[in-house]
Amino acid sequence: MNVPTVYVIGLSAVLFSLGVTGVLVRRNAIVIFMSIELMLNAANLAFIAFAREAGSMAGQVFVFFVIAVAAAEVAVGLALIVAIHRSRDTIDIDEISSLHG
Amino acid sequence: MIMSQLAGAVGWFGLAPWVIGFPLLGLIVNLLIGSKIPERLVGWIASAAVGLAFVVAVLQFLAVQADPAGREVAVATWISVGSLNIQWALKVDSLSVMMMLMVSGVSALIHIYAIGYMHADVRFKGDPHRYRRFFVYFNLFVALMMVLVTADSYLMMFVGWEGVGLCSYLLISFWFEGGLEGLGNAIAGKKAFVVNRIGDVGFLLAMFITFWTFGSLQFDAVFHQAESMGAAAVGPVTVITLLLLLGVAGKSAQLPLFVWLPDAMAGPTPVSALIHAATMVTAGIYLVARNHVLFALAPVSANTAAMLGALTALFSATIAVAQFDIKKVLAYSTISQLGFMLAAVGLGGYVAGLFHLVTHAFFKALLFLGAGSVIQGVEHAHEASHGEHAHGEPFDPQDMRNMGGLRTRMKTTFWVYLIAGLSLAGVPPLSGFFSKDEILLDALHANPVVYVLLAAAAFLTAFYIGRQLFMVFAGQPRTESAKQAKENPPVMTLPLVGLALLAVLGGGLNFPGTHALAEWLKLTISEIEISGFDFQVAGISTAIALVALVLAWWIYGRKPMTEGSQDPLRSSLGALFTALSRKWWVDELYAATVVRGYEGLAALMVVGEDAQFAGNRFWTNWLDQIGSRKGKQAARGLLGMIVDLSFVDSLMITSGDLAKGAAQRLSRLQTGFIRNYALAILLGILGVLVFMIFGGG
Amino acid sequence: MTPTPDLIIFSLLAALAIASAVMTLASRQAVYSALFLVFNFLVIAVLFLLLHAPFIALIQITVYAGAIMVLFLFVIMLLGLQSLHTESKLRWQAPSAVILALILVGTLAYALFREPGAAAALLPPLQSGFGSPAEVGQVLFNQYLVPFEITSVLLLVAMVGAIFLSTFKRKSSE
Repeated sequence: MNVPTVYVIGLSAVLFSLGVTGVLVRRNAIVIFMSIELMLNAANLAFIAFAREAGSMAGQVFVFFVIAVAAAEVAVGLALIVAIHRSRDTIDIDEISSLHG
Repeated sequence: MIMSQLAGAVGWFGLAPWVIGFPLLGLIVNLLIGSKIPERLVGWIASAAVGLAFVVAVLQFLAVQADPAGREVAVATWISVGSLNIQWALKVDSLSVMMMLMVSGVSALIHIYAIGYMHADVRFKGDPHRYRRFFVYFNLFVALMMVLVTADSYLMMFVGWEGVGLCSYLLISFWFEGGLEGLGNAIAGKKAFVVNRIGDVGFLLAMFITFWTFGSLQFDAVFHQAESMGAAAVGPVTVITLLLLLGVAGKSAQLPLFVWLPDAMAGPTPVSALIHAATMVTAGIYLVARNHVLFALAPVSANTAAMLGALTALFSATIAVAQFDIKKVLAYSTISQLGFMLAAVGLGGYVAGLFHLVTHAFFKALLFLGAGSVIQGVEHAHEASHGEHAHGEPFDPQDMRNMGGLRTRMKTTFWVYLIAGLSLAGVPPLSGFFSKDEILLDALHANPVVYVLLAAAAFLTAFYIGRQLFMVFAGQPRTESAKQAKENPPVMTLPLVGLALLAVLGGGLNFPGTHALAEWLKLTISEIEISGFDFQVAGISTAIALVALVLAWWIYGRKPMTEGSQDPLRSSLGALFTALSRKWWVDELYAATVVRGYEGLAALMVVGEDAQFAGNRFWTNWLDQIGSRKGKQAARGLLGMIVDLSFVDSLMITSGDLAKGAAQRLSRLQTGFIRNYALAILLGILGVLVFMIFGGG
Repeated sequence: MTPTPDLIIFSLLAALAIASAVMTLASRQAVYSALFLVFNFLVIAVLFLLLHAPFIALIQITVYAGAIMVLFLFVIMLLGLQSLHTESKLRWQAPSAVILALILVGTLAYALFREPGAAAALLPPLQSGFGSPAEVGQVLFNQYLVPFEITSVLLLVAMVGAIFLSTFKRKSSE
């Protein structure tokens, strides 16, 4: 597919910004997590696009690692959310604000 | 010759910092393990440290012989701000080497003496920690004195200057529970510190003006600039040197700041010998000698220095004539001799002044140590015959009226004291004769008025030391303690013998003909001219000394004083004698004017319930008349606020409040909501991104 | 710029991706968000495929859409459907976030499109086998062996962490 790389990166940027908005706007911890995954995917897309343009496999290998790390992160993160839910019975992150100054 | 050629290698100059390092090492060792080792070892470690410093000084001497220009040995950079660059560097040239040798040599002997002296005294006070503390302070003093002497800039010298002032304070009030009403020694120490501080203000101001005028604080840089500026520099240089003279008056106990030195006799005798005779007080003379370039450019200051020295010499010599405390006589004698030195260097007679500095160190230290020996002997005899707690009547072991006839009982002490005393009087061929005669010679050529004053002072010097010799050693013992007095152990008498040898042979340092010292100092102070020996002047000086000694014998030796009798001079001089023995009431004058005024001002500023403060009484009485109690409280509060709170307190409180308020406001950023933090992070990222894309990249 | 077939396909996929992303964020129910996200991942996997990364595309589907999202759904089910009733305490949060995100996009777009020639550049040809499993394996196990091993340790750590967190005995647990 002969699409100019800038367009793909542009799409990646839009998806990334949407992810950022999701992290900042939503209050449900799980949805925030999903937005983070969206951001990671946007980055992956950028990597693959650049790998295509440069003809280098390094980009794809990096995406491989990103996916692996994302998997690990999700496992731990969701375990944390479950634990928080168990202790506070809520996953509204606005409720978890006891560390205020 | 071979040695000096060997020493020519740079390496030997590089050892110079050890002249400070060894005493520091000694005091650190004593601090760390001093409580665990035997008492005597502490003293020997301290003495060894100073001894090693002496060895290093000798090496520096050899090095300078090979390389007469000397060297600056840099150790580290201390301050480097803008155009101000102060290195911690040692200036090793013939002048500083001479001082190094003198300080370390005499200090080493006095340290050894102190091993015995402090041991005996510590036993009486019963605390070995004091012994250790003493030697720690003593080593600290030597280290700081070395810093002063080897400094290559005004600031480094000031560090040493202040440092020795501190050590002087620590050592004067060493027996801090002693003295009048349990506070006397501490008050003496405080007095020394405060009076010295007044002199230090002069030094500081001189430093500021030096930096302002010449842009540097290093001796070499300042001197070069001053010389090249020539006539244009005379104004600032005069101000600088006059301010330096204020510092000299403080540190070297000249008029009007000499009052601390007699009180400093409250310290142990080794302290008086080392600090207040041989080393610290000579720092002022060294300062003038070091700044010879500046004083040459400012004849006004040089003449002021000369007159100041001469007047002080005469003034304190008169006081010394009528003192009864053996150490007080020596204290006033020191002030007088320092006056001699200052007059000499003020007149440009640097060789004479510095020569006298060295010989004076020898025989004055010897006199003090001898006096200490005498005091110890009498004190021990007193304790032995009367037991630990003497009955009723207080016995002052330092009062010469309680002595007498000690020449048969303390033979070694007597002989060394005699040698030192005759050297002080200026009897040939002892060292004091050569140095004092040279000063008088220079004075005669430069300023006859100064000559007359100094000659009169020389007459009185010989007289009072003769008086002291006869009162202490001649005749019959006037008290039981004097009768029982015994000689002290060799650890105390051997250093005395050592110093006596130096006092006898010291004249060789600048013997007419060889003029070794003059040649040596000429390496640094190029304007020195070597004058010949004038038999006439020498003859006159000797005659003055001998006449004075004979007069002393006539009054005190022919019919020695008996127990309880009056000083024969009192009957001859009457009221004048009273004035002299009361030190011309200088201390009382100061207390009535300066001290009381200052205390009054401080009391006026106090707002409090304590009725003993005059200030508070003033306000309360005044306010009593103008209003009700509430009004009075409000007014007092208001006045208190104006005077005290509004200036000082409010400044502190508002700055504290400002900090607290800012912190409170800033802490509100920590809302606890993660989303806010994430927003802040995004803000930061955007900032960086925008900067990178649109800005510097 | 004439719309080549490639460009049309790309635009379509892009639109789908953006739409599904927006729906992910906008859904009230967490389950709907998860499902939309799965769809988003699939679209991105297709994009990977078209960008000559077949292996990665399938990894994306298998791991991301297949494992990670399933995990998400498990947790959503476990915690029960939650709808947040109270109004947000941070009234300025949402508008500020939107504004900042728009600025972010704007800045990035500016950075991307300020050089006009970029859009017209043709992609260089690729050697055959680019993006195939063999190629990925080659590079992965030769140059990136150490990160590979470290990643495996990371997964172990994550596993241990997750187990620890879920079996932690709470003092006030019922």
